[in-house]
Amino acid sequence: MRTEDFTFLAEALKQRSGLMLTADKVYLLESRLTPLARKRGLDTLDALIQKLRISRDEALWKDVTEAMTTNESFFFRDTTPFDLFRNHVLPGMLKARAATKRLRIWCAAASTGQEPYSLAIILKENAAKLAGWNVEIVGTDICTQVLEKARAGTYSQFEVQRGLPIQMLIKYFRQDGDVWRINDDIRSMVSYRPFNLLQSFAGMGTFDVIYCRNVLIYFDQPTKRDVLDRMRRVLGNDGALFLGAAETVLGITDAFRPVRGQRGLYVPSDGTSEQLMGL
Amino acid sequence: MKSCLVVDDSKVIRKVARRILEELQFEIGEAVDGKDALDQCIAKMPDVVLLDWNMPVMNGLEFLVALRSQTGVKQPIVVFCTTENDMAHIRQAIEAGADEYIMKPFDREIIEAKFNQVGLL
Repeated sequence: MRTEDFTFLAEALKQRSGLMLTADKVYLLESRLTPLARKRGLDTLDALIQKLRISRDEALWKDVTEAMTTNESFFFRDTTPFDLFRNHVLPGMLKARAATKRLRIWCAAASTGQEPYSLAIILKENAAKLAGWNVEIVGTDICTQVLEKARAGTYSQFEVQRGLPIQMLIKYFRQDGDVWRINDDIRSMVSYRPFNLLQSFAGMGTFDVIYCRNVLIYFDQPTKRDVLDRMRRVLGNDGALFLGAAETVLGITDAFRPVRGQRGLYVPSDGTSEQLMGL
Repeated sequence: MKSCLVVDDSKVIRKVARRILEELQFEIGEAVDGKDALDQCIAKMPDVVLLDWNMPVMNGLEFLVALRSQTGVKQPIVVFCTTENDMAHIRQAIEAGADEYIMKPFDREIIEAKFNQVGLL
């Protein structure tokens, strides 16, 4: 790939999705966009790039952006963020929101749904304590294709074996030919919508818990700061933010601070979350 | 070092499982059917058994029932690893005392995830 073509694509992708592509990721562009070029009836990646340069084909740009996003996900990924939710965040929220009985959770990179459904399963297992509560899990992703799969709630045998304990498979899934389908009572706990984190969060409402894992790693420093600072403004003062294992707020923003000894969990710097969650 | 008995009538599967589990720091024993596995368990109980279902002489489920009826021994964790991939088999295995269940084909990631879930890693 020519340097000028790489620069052209990298700049457009950054502007559209925040995705940062360094020069060592040429292979990633080539391996993901070549199949897309073929699908669009173009012979080569060069032809695709030429088309992108001369036309304002928004649908094509959307496909390019979606092809470049990484959507790997599995149930209860990394374990700790879900143990912390079950043992600390949820008990804290049960106390703090006892009057309003309202709980809102945002999975900001919901991908194919494993993360929001893992949370829905934990909530289901605490259903007795949440009787009469209005609980909402909002799953968003920039990629509409993955959200379709998330909404369908169907997973391959391979997918249900990565992170999902067998007891939960028995309890919350049913077999449907080659796929495993999550039960409707879990599926209906999550609402999905396409959303680009570079867009304004106005209209999202406020949240008690935000999961934003393994997405900031693809952004540059100013974009990370911008997203985190805006997330602070839609998160309650006693709320919780979960980031991916390779991500942090340190050196990026003062809006959040890490909770000592609790990997991946961040709280508003000026907030009261730790007391509430017994951490 | 924890010990794992790999029970499968396929030499290839035993070899693949051994390689993955040795990388995860397990000491590996092998058994070719349920009877062989039961004899080995009675002689020396492993920490975990990775168990195929369909085998000659004594199948995995029969082995599991016999194993769980042993008294006065430290019961190992049992992880089924079989091509039987329907809900009825899974339920039957769990009801008979299996701790986890892997549907073949498996890879290192699945073994690691499942062993993690039962607290072995």
